[in-house]
Amino acid sequence: MNNEYAIELKNVTKRFGEIIANDNVNLNVKKGEILSILGENGSGKTTLMNMLSGIYFPDSGQIYVDGREVTIRSPKDSFNLGSGMSHQHFKLINVLTAAENIIWGLPGAERIKMNQIVGEVNALCDRYGFDLNPTQKIYDRSVSQKQTVEIIKVLYRGADVLILDEPTAVLTPQETQKLFNVLRNMRKAGKSIIIITHKLNEVLELSDRVSVLRKGQYIGTVPTREATVESLTEMMVGEKINLAIDRSEPGKPELRLDVRNLTCKNREGISVLKKVSFTAFSGEILGIAGIAGSGQKELLEAVAGLEDIESGEILYHAPDGSIEKLSEMAAAEIRDLKISLAFVPEDRLGMGLVGSMDLTDNMMLRSYTEGKHFFTNRKKPKALAERVVDKLAVSTPSVETPVSKLSGGNVQKVLLGREIASSPTVLMVAYPVRGLDINSSYTIYKLLNAQKEKGASVLCVGEDLDVLLELCDRILVLSGGIVTGIVDARTSTKEELGLMMTGSKVGGQKHA
Amino acid sequence: MELLLTFLQKAIGQGISILFGASGEIITEKSGNLNLGIPGIMYMGGISGLMAAFFYEKYAEVPHPFMGLLISFAATLIVSALGGLLFSLLTVTLHANQNVVGLALTTFGVGFGNFFGGSISKLAGGVGQISVATTASAYRTSIPGLSEIPVIGPLFFSYGFLTYLSIIVALSMGYFLANTRKGLNLRSVGEDPATADAAGINVSRYKYLATTVGAAIAGLGGLYFVMEYLGGTWTNNGFGDRGWLAIALVILALWKPINAIWGSFLFGGLFILYIYTPGLTRATQELFKMLPYVVTIIVLVVTSVRHKQENQPPGHLGQSYFREDR
Amino acid sequence: MLKQNEITVKEPLFRVIKRSNISMPKAWFIRIAAAALSLIVCAFVVMSITGDNPLSVYLGIVDGAIGSKRRIWVTVRETLVLLIIAVGLAPAFRMRFWNIGAEGQVLMGGAAAAAIMIYFGQSLPNGILLIIIFTASILAGLIWGLLPAVFKAYFDTNETLFTLMLNYVAMQIVTFCIVFWEKPAGSNTVGIINAANRGGWLPSLFGIDYGWNIVLVLAMTIGMYIYMRYTKHGYEIAVVGESQNTAKYVGINVKKVIIRTMMISGAICGLAGAIIVSGASHTISTSTGGGRGFTAIIVAWMAKFNPFAMILVSGFLVFMQQGAIQIASQYGLNENASDIITGIILFFLIGCEFFITYKVELNRNRKEAH
Repeated sequence: MNNEYAIELKNVTKRFGEIIANDNVNLNVKKGEILSILGENGSGKTTLMNMLSGIYFPDSGQIYVDGREVTIRSPKDSFNLGSGMSHQHFKLINVLTAAENIIWGLPGAERIKMNQIVGEVNALCDRYGFDLNPTQKIYDRSVSQKQTVEIIKVLYRGADVLILDEPTAVLTPQETQKLFNVLRNMRKAGKSIIIITHKLNEVLELSDRVSVLRKGQYIGTVPTREATVESLTEMMVGEKINLAIDRSEPGKPELRLDVRNLTCKNREGISVLKKVSFTAFSGEILGIAGIAGSGQKELLEAVAGLEDIESGEILYHAPDGSIEKLSEMAAAEIRDLKISLAFVPEDRLGMGLVGSMDLTDNMMLRSYTEGKHFFTNRKKPKALAERVVDKLAVSTPSVETPVSKLSGGNVQKVLLGREIASSPTVLMVAYPVRGLDINSSYTIYKLLNAQKEKGASVLCVGEDLDVLLELCDRILVLSGGIVTGIVDARTSTKEELGLMMTGSKVGGQKHA
Repeated sequence: MELLLTFLQKAIGQGISILFGASGEIITEKSGNLNLGIPGIMYMGGISGLMAAFFYEKYAEVPHPFMGLLISFAATLIVSALGGLLFSLLTVTLHANQNVVGLALTTFGVGFGNFFGGSISKLAGGVGQISVATTASAYRTSIPGLSEIPVIGPLFFSYGFLTYLSIIVALSMGYFLANTRKGLNLRSVGEDPATADAAGINVSRYKYLATTVGAAIAGLGGLYFVMEYLGGTWTNNGFGDRGWLAIALVILALWKPINAIWGSFLFGGLFILYIYTPGLTRATQELFKMLPYVVTIIVLVVTSVRHKQENQPPGHLGQSYFREDR
Repeated sequence: MLKQNEITVKEPLFRVIKRSNISMPKAWFIRIAAAALSLIVCAFVVMSITGDNPLSVYLGIVDGAIGSKRRIWVTVRETLVLLIIAVGLAPAFRMRFWNIGAEGQVLMGGAAAAAIMIYFGQSLPNGILLIIIFTASILAGLIWGLLPAVFKAYFDTNETLFTLMLNYVAMQIVTFCIVFWEKPAGSNTVGIINAANRGGWLPSLFGIDYGWNIVLVLAMTIGMYIYMRYTKHGYEIAVVGESQNTAKYVGINVKKVIIRTMMISGAICGLAGAIIVSGASHTISTSTGGGRGFTAIIVAWMAKFNPFAMILVSGFLVFMQQGAIQIASQYGLNENASDIITGIILFFLIGCEFFITYKVELNRNRKEAH
């Protein structure tokens, strides 16, 4: 049977408890084409693809592969039907080598013939233009290499349909281009590729057709050549929205943070920050860019007193002119000195908040030590929780709801709301809009701008360079724990940032 | 010299039960299941082998040692595998907490062993100590000829077949985990079940199989104790806490079955050192009996202080996995 | 247009869905149903061994647990001991510190109590003696809890195995002591300590033999509820238990909280040792803990660390254990039958939590709907 479509989904529905993740979705992908699935975070893209790859089972609806109706009960069924998924969060095991990661789960001779497998993997790499050493363990690899392993894993299984979930989220612009070339090679070889993304530029550059999801609903499919950024956004969000972020000019900047030659080592003794120096001023947003794992997290944690400092110093210049050496203080001492330093960490439910606790108890995290009493006082935290819910329009049944039951955007509002409640002079945020839909993201940007206008010094670690360039006043770029440049966001380009992220210092000076 | 030889011989004899238990627990833990029910399962394995042999010898007209061996061996494997199956049912299918299920299983298993061990003769209508001498003699048969060589004979060839089986099991398990596809799959299940699942590995099946097989292997430790060590009798709580030592040995061996072999001999030696140390009073003997536990604690502390990447437990040890958890 | 018989794989028969929430009555209905089911299975087990009908088995259980005034008091006494150990474990587990060393902590507390009773039982007035006994027991338990906590806090040493091993070290310490305390000589048992003058025995209160036991244990239970729920310490324990990262982030001294909480946990278990030795058994042996240190772990966990729920769970378990002991003696069985019965009940109670957290749905066969 010869069929135009490699895969067709008809009226597929999936619920999680009361949440409908996919509601009667229809979708198809032709042989030898690249299809983009576009949607905001939480629109159900990943859930849909997880049903194709057998991780979830649909509540209703049909799936056709090559014109035949099939039931995909497990990832194994999915592989047998010739489709494979490369996940956003890499499904790799750190303590194994690349080759071991590629072959496990596959049938074959019980005794593993490693040499033969390494040969096969190398042949695949040559064919499509990958660059990989199969015998290296996963834990000492860069993110782009891990991604390569993910994709080869799917190809090695002989998949004709590749599903890539947010493949460029962690790549530099240059690495993204390299990946796109590989994908085009695969299309030439007759493979079907489904790429899940929310980056409009990539959709327009790479794919043949675009299917759009919104809040679990299937909105429609358009050929890419007929689409524009504006038309796709409208399909994705359901209304026309202004994508520009208002950026005000910094008013009267005063020095707040002065970081000098900061060096930090991790538990294994490897330097994660090397002689980092910069200054941050009141009334400005300093962006921090870099490939994932370049030291962004450690930098913020060092300032917050959560990281052991090897050498260097962090000086805090209070509005009243006094200077405190933060580098010699632990988080508790900074808190006890009433230095209003707020920090919204990347891991919201694992660090910033306690998922199983309600809003009130989460508000109390910052303030429970107040007073000499042995007993806790929940009055003030409760009032704060109610204020945050009210002011930031947090959608929650009550302040007694555990925060883990809230959606990503609301979780972030609760966290940010608590952190800005103390009117911080320094506000540090890490990936503030990760996992949030567009409307929530813009609410967060507005909140950050409001803090900046109130005179806070805002440090913002971000991954979307377009957003950083629009939101920030200056951008600091980290590469392997080294500052490769601090640039003016108003005059820089994405390409310049990308080059610095890979280790090139400003002015073309190469750095190891 | 003579004394040292006896000491080594006895140390090995003490270690075999622990080695079976540790091997069983290693393969279980490699699948991400921390089965604290192993001590109970070893009791169950021991008593079921003994009971099977007892009823065989009671009802067979002329009991044949080899038949007794086969029947008791099979009974041990089946009953202890059932223990592992129960653990898997509760923790894998019903997502119950592994520590709690394990402790309940140990309560149950020790009770099971002592109950039947204490009342088997009464239930069977007889009185006095049960003894399955015929079957036990088959378990105690050592390699003829070789065991008569001086020094080497008693040290290496004077044991029953279960001793050699325990070492073969540990060695082949080491090979299985390192060099086979199924071993690789099993390790990945223990490291990261979500990832293994996405790669098409049937996580539940691996967990069930590893835990059940692991329990069966551990049960042999109990069988060894009643048959070869005690010579076919039962004393309530006689097996003691060897099951817990087996779990401790897994850590000492850094989850590698080959390390468990020498580790078990070390434990066995510590276990009986008080008998061979001259000049001990009754009181100081009791202090010597603390040694295996104190050594385990020291090893535990030292490995945690050193914190080496490759010596860490399986990544997902002790946690249950539910595919649609979100 | 497509041929349906080309479908090669079938749908799974069941689907498991996480419940978003479950009403209290429904949850308790599931638990009670599981308990009932476990009783039926237990009755079948006893029946198959004894050949008697299930009704008389149940009557035997009830009779054994509450059949006479003395039996009621034994059941109460045993419940109190199990309860206070579970109460002691609660803060440690709330902190996700797997303290399975309660058995050893109880033993150390008991040994300390016995030592004071033996060495000072004849010379000190009872009031002062009791104060010393309880202080010594609490300290002994505290030290046994402190050791693994310090290593956990500073080196992240696995506490499950550390506390487990300490149980056996404690047992050896007790056997070591028995060598000096044995009475009569050579018996290898301690016998009833101070049987003549009752030195160091908890006196009766309001004319009730175990009055002090009741007061002490209930006071600890209520105190623990308040401590975990309404104090800053309790809040810190909860934060550390849920996420050490969050705790560090807000400036909680995680090491201090681990050590402090385990000192409290060990101290209460040590107190339990004193209650057993001074308030009930008046002797010491390696089985003074009697496995209750392990059973209490299950009690604490099944009660979801709520001290009041622990009263129910420990009461039910002891009721069944005492009943099983009666059954055993009634039919001339070995007393270990009660462990088997406890085990079966636990399996059901543990297993039923699944049906409270998840919902199982039967998949309708899609083909028939066509």
